[in-house]
Parts: sequence; C-alpha cells; structure tokens
Amino acid sequence: MPPTENTPDTPSSSATPSGPNTSASATPAIEFKDVEKSFGPTTVLKNLNFTVAPGERVTLIGPSGSGKTTILRLVMTLEELTGGYIFVDGEPLTFEERDGKRVELPKKRTREMTTRIGMVFQQFNLFPNMTVLENIIEAPVHVLGTSKDEAVKEAKALLAKVGLSDKADAHPTRLSGGQQQRVAIARALAMSPEILLLDEVTSALDPELVGDVLGVLRDIAETTDITMLLVTHEMQFARDVSHRVMMFDGGQVLEEGPPDQIFNNPSHERTKSFLSSVL
Amino acid sequence: MWNWEFAAEALPILLRGFVNTLIATVVGTVIAAILGLILAVAIRGLPRWINWLVRLLVAFIRNTPLVVQLLFVYYAFADIPGLVNVPALVIGFIVIGIHYSTYMSESYRAGIDSVPPGQFEAATALSLPPVRTFTAIVLPQALRATIPSLGNYAVAMFKDTPFLFAISVVELVTAAKEFGGSTFAYTEAFTLAGIIFLVASYPTSLLIQRLDRRLATY
Repeated sequence: MPPTENTPDTPSSSATPSGPNTSASATPAIEFKDVEKSFGPTTVLKNLNFTVAPGERVTLIGPSGSGKTTILRLVMTLEELTGGYIFVDGEPLTFEERDGKRVELPKKRTREMTTRIGMVFQQFNLFPNMTVLENIIEAPVHVLGTSKDEAVKEAKALLAKVGLSDKADAHPTRLSGGQQQRVAIARALAMSPEILLLDEVTSALDPELVGDVLGVLRDIAETTDITMLLVTHEMQFARDVSHRVMMFDGGQVLEEGPPDQIFNNPSHERTKSFLSSVL
Repeated sequence: MWNWEFAAEALPILLRGFVNTLIATVVGTVIAAILGLILAVAIRGLPRWINWLVRLLVAFIRNTPLVVQLLFVYYAFADIPGLVNVPALVIGFIVIGIHYSTYMSESYRAGIDSVPPGQFEAATALSLPPVRTFTAIVLPQALRATIPSLGNYAVAMFKDTPFLFAISVVELVTAAKEFGGSTFAYTEAFTLAGIIFLVASYPTSLLIQRLDRRLATY
C-alpha cells in the first residue's frame, strides 16, 4: 500500500463527527452473535461477537486474511454464515433461533433485510450493460418500486453529489476507475441504506484518483447518519471519519477503541507492528 | 459438360427447394435458441435428479446422428393417430431445432459462466430478486459472449438441412437431385445448389464475425 502521506486526501478539519447513538438502550444497527465462518476446513471467524451502533462508523483493520472483508461479506449475505447469528436493527438477517434450533430465514425475507444495507466493492462491479443512470435506478425501481421518474430525479441528484452529472448516459467502461467508484457509491446510496459497507473501495484505484472517492465518502460521513462499516488501508481516512477502529487478527478482535487511541497508543504488539507496516 | 440451358431450367426449381431450406433453418434456429436457453437455465437451476435427466437427454441427442433422429420421429409420428398428417417439414424443423438446442445450451452455459462473480454480488448487494438479476444483468452480458456462437450453429444447421431428404422434404439438395434424375444434368444442378448455399452462408458468416467484433466491447 502507498503510504498515506502520498494520497491527495489530506486530513480536513478534524472530521471527527458527532457521536453515534451508543447508549445501551439503543438497538444496535449490526450485531454479530457467536458468528462463525469457515471455508471448507479453514475457519476464518470463530465466536465473533460485536455490535455497531446506529450512525456509528467503524473501521476494520488488520493483516490480510484476518477476516475483515469476510465480515462485510457476511453482512451483505454474500457468504453463507456457518455458525451464529447476525442481526440488523435487532432483526435476524439470515438465520434465527427458533425453539432452540438455528433456522435459515427464507431468501425473500433476507432480501427484504438487505435492502437496508448497501455495499461498495473494491472492483466497483458496475453493470457494464447499463448506462450510469440505469445502474443507479435499477434497484430503486425494481426492488423498492420507486417510479422511474422519481428514481431518475434522485439518481441525478446523487450524480451531482458525487460530481458526475455529465456522465449519466455514459457506459461504465468509458469512465476512469475513480469515476466508476463514485457511480458505485451513488448506486448504493440510491437505495437509501441505513448501513453502508465499504470494502477497500480505493484499493483498485490509481493514487491520483483516490482523493476524489475519499472526498465523496467524507461528505457522506459528514452529512448523513448512515452507519458505516469499512475495511480500508487508507489510515488517515479511517482516523478522520471513524468513531471506532477494530483491529482484527486471526478472526478475532485483538483490540478496539477510538481512532486516536488505536493509532497513537495501541496496546498490542501485533497492532503496533501492523500499523508500522501500513503507516 | 456444362449446359447453360439446363442450368437456367434448374435454377427456379432449386430456388423453390431453397425456400424449404430457409424455413427449416430459420424456424429451427428460433426453436434451438429458445430451447437452448431453457436447457442451460434448467441444467443450472433444477434439482439434482431432473438435472441428471436433462443432461442424459442432452447427451443422447448429441451422440446420435441427426438423420436417425429425423427418421425416428418421422416414423414414430406416423404411428400416432392424429400426428400422421403433420407435414414432414414441420417435423424437420422441430427435430433440427431440438438437436441444435443441445449445442446452443452449451454456448449459453459458457456465456453465463463468463459473467464475473462481482456482477452477481452487486445484484445481491442491491437486493435484486433472482429473476431480475438474470434478465437484466446476467443474460444481457452472457448473450454478448453467446450470440456469435449461436450464429455459427445457425450456419451449421443451414448446412445440415439436406438431411431432411431422409424424411422426404424437398429442400435445395433434394430438388437438385430430382432435377438431375430427370434430366441427367447432375453437374449443373449440384453446382448451382452449392453456389446457392455459398451465397447464403458466406455473407452470414461475415455478418457473425462483424457482430462478434462489435459485441466484444461495450
């Protein structure tokens, strides 16, 4: 990874945001309960428990293979949960406990739940057979049932927000990586998600394009109360926008805390050596 | 020896036969394209035992000659009351269509497999239902990879239409043979038949090549 000093994304005025609703009574936006995930014989996550409060922005850091991306993919239901439960707003996402048994929810129910969650991928994953505008209105029209006119209006407002108003009718393959990623962010936001998952969204970008994408994300962080769970190697960005940083190692939370504490004063040797390798 | 008079006499007769060739090819292609897609989806999505049955059927059709299939259906239908009067041409394009659908299904399958996993993941992330994911995202992308090979199968099917002679459909080659039989001008008749095939299929091949190049990029 390029050292953060080189990214054009200089720390703006301390963006450390108003605190999320972490009061004990509030239902967590995301809750992992005894989560277990294995791929064949390889166990990636074991007995993982944590919660994310509504409006909270949490960055997952840790060496590759520590299970960070798997956590995001589990929330997005892109991976099958092999053990335990995930709750969104207190409601089960893929499995629930019924009469002491772990039961999988109907796919349709899970799909209703995932409408509250948006995800932006490392590789953008825009639909190449559709224009930028079509990419953005696809889910609002066909999942939420928004009228096409309304969806187009919202899509155009989102494109303005990510600075791509002039690209509505372009095909994604004609755009730079940074532009594609901003479209992907607009596409995720078009569903008005309560939770936004960001999986190394700048890792596939040329260094000079990273700043625009992070700028858009900063803007979202400052102007909305969307709960965010992010995996990133942009440590300065993580420090600026997150309320909490969780350091993962071997599928376990090694330590967690406010960004200042984790970055300036990590208590674990593993965290120190990890940070010195990426900062 | 080449006789221009015979050639001129043969041409309209051959072209009449060619109409049947065209009908069999076009209708056969439509049947094969639709059934091939259904097969590809069925093999992907059906429960294991039906899946196995469909695969067995596909293997059976692919590994037996088209002529045998034509003859089998032609004579089997003749034994079924009510189906006796089905025109041979109709049996012809149905059998050819089914035969080629087993090949086209493989092209569709390859096309669907060529859609990157990220596309399915993005669809899941947007909570799109499976049918919408397939029709709006997977199929349009898969078709770009599939259409050129479907076109090639259509040309191959076109060249297989002479097998319809076996069930007494007078298509181009049979027309040529009959003309030769009554005039002994076999050379003229078959030369012209060959030229008609060439004139029809070569431009089609070129068209498919162009389509292939155009579809390669968005």
